Amino acid sequence: MDRRKIEEDFFKGLMILSTAIIVGILFAIVAVVVLKGAPALSLSMLTQTPKGGYYLGKGGGILNAIIGSLYLAFGATALSLIIALPVAFYLREYASERFANFVRLSLDILWGVPSIVYGAFGFIIMLYFGLRACLLGGIIALTLLILPIMTRAMDEVMRMVAFELREASYGLGSTKLEVVSKVISRQTLPGMLTAVLLAFGRGIGDAASILFTAGYTDYIPHSLFDPVASLPLAVFFQLGTPFPEVQERAYASAVVLLVIILLTSVSSRLLTKRWSRFVIK
Amino acid sequence: MPKFKPHIRVKNLNLFYEGHHALKDITVDIPEKEITAIIGPSGCGKTTLLKSLNRLIDLVDGIEISGEVIVDGEDIYSTKVDVTYIRKKIGMLGQKPYPLPMSIYDNVAYGPRIHGMRKKKELDGIVEHYLEVAGLWDEVKDRLKSPASMLSAGQQQRLCLARSLAVEPEIILGDEPTSALDPISSKRIEEVFIALKKDYTIVIVTHILRQAVRLADYVIFLYMGDVIEQGPAKEIFENPKEERTKAYIGGEIS
Repeated sequence: MDRRKIEEDFFKGLMILSTAIIVGILFAIVAVVVLKGAPALSLSMLTQTPKGGYYLGKGGGILNAIIGSLYLAFGATALSLIIALPVAFYLREYASERFANFVRLSLDILWGVPSIVYGAFGFIIMLYFGLRACLLGGIIALTLLILPIMTRAMDEVMRMVAFELREASYGLGSTKLEVVSKVISRQTLPGMLTAVLLAFGRGIGDAASILFTAGYTDYIPHSLFDPVASLPLAVFFQLGTPFPEVQERAYASAVVLLVIILLTSVSSRLLTKRWSRFVIK
Repeated sequence: MPKFKPHIRVKNLNLFYEGHHALKDITVDIPEKEITAIIGPSGCGKTTLLKSLNRLIDLVDGIEISGEVIVDGEDIYSTKVDVTYIRKKIGMLGQKPYPLPMSIYDNVAYGPRIHGMRKKKELDGIVEHYLEVAGLWDEVKDRLKSPASMLSAGQQQRLCLARSLAVEPEIILGDEPTSALDPISSKRIEEVFIALKKDYTIVIVTHILRQAVRLADYVIFLYMGDVIEQGPAKEIFENPKEERTKAYIGGEIS
């Protein structure tokens, strides 16, 4: 038989196998979490905060952690956006190529820093200011974690903009600010949204950065200076108990977290499609 | 010396791109309210010269430029000049149509808006007027709010022309403005250009010799970064003085 034909079939087979592994892992995770968490899933879990003895198997829910995670992730995403957008604009139209590459390298290194390090760093800063674990501390630590991700993702999207489109905008007498804010930002809107949601998804699922900085509580925080619960830590603490029914609740909490991330992905797909209407191909 | 009134005077323009001498001591005059065609083989510096005329060349990294480009008595490379003002005065139509990522209406209104026009009524008038000048109004008047990306390439190029005209330039530069278009769309763009020359100074780069013959009143022949010959179109095409011009027009070099 033809050697090239065998080669082709063999490597194609390998590629299909690898792809199957990736998709299989996703389904396996979802299946395990859903199967193990199913007995504990209930409406009261979503609508109540933990009652006395919750961690011993008594009544209540994880509303504190759901609300807490949303506060933390939205707060950090908003704060990151405020910082990431100017950086991305600056790298796109203002910075010299050399300096921009230096900033990109820095961001890539920050991207690789483990989240526990951001947690520890945030904790030291909070000690310095005399803050105890609270929502604000958690938001800041999470921001440190997701800021490089958001900035770098935005930067990559903006670098893809065709030279001719920028040239056309400058050709009409635009300033740099007008080019980035009126033309490039519209052209890249779908990609920018993806960058924001990528950061959001990374932020809402992280446990280590908020372990020391956000703390944990059975209550819903009323101010930025109250401690706050979160879904990843709810999973962590409940899984750490010796009671099977509480461990089931850990898996149920993981289901809630997965559903939030899934909804974020789906809505980002839908929005991206809608916002692509004006994009020039 | 030329008898016409020059609108743009280029004096001893030298341009280096990463050490390569791309434009060599260019001195040319471009007549007012006529069509000037810059012709020459690929890679001879036509587009570079064109983009030097409204400083779009500034966008390219690694460029070193010296010499003067005088428009209305003012050197556009002088440090005192505001580059956005230069580009408002000297518009550009690119090789491929590149509409802005917004609606048809907003594409034309973009320029007037950034230059301070706010009133809806006046903008409406400008948009309609320049879409008409570019020969696009009848095709798009019922869908001004739809994305410019939905137009055909030929329509997009006419939109880009309307967009350039809406900032009210004195000079229009065209960088092979029909090279990405089908023959019918190309013809429409050419017709618009001919109609425009009563009000505007037009400079086009073209690698299509017959297009230069159809459109140009004045011709600049560039070869490897040098101006070999410049003069009225009739003289250059019918009676070229330089050997290389003869060879190029005769189709021996391309």
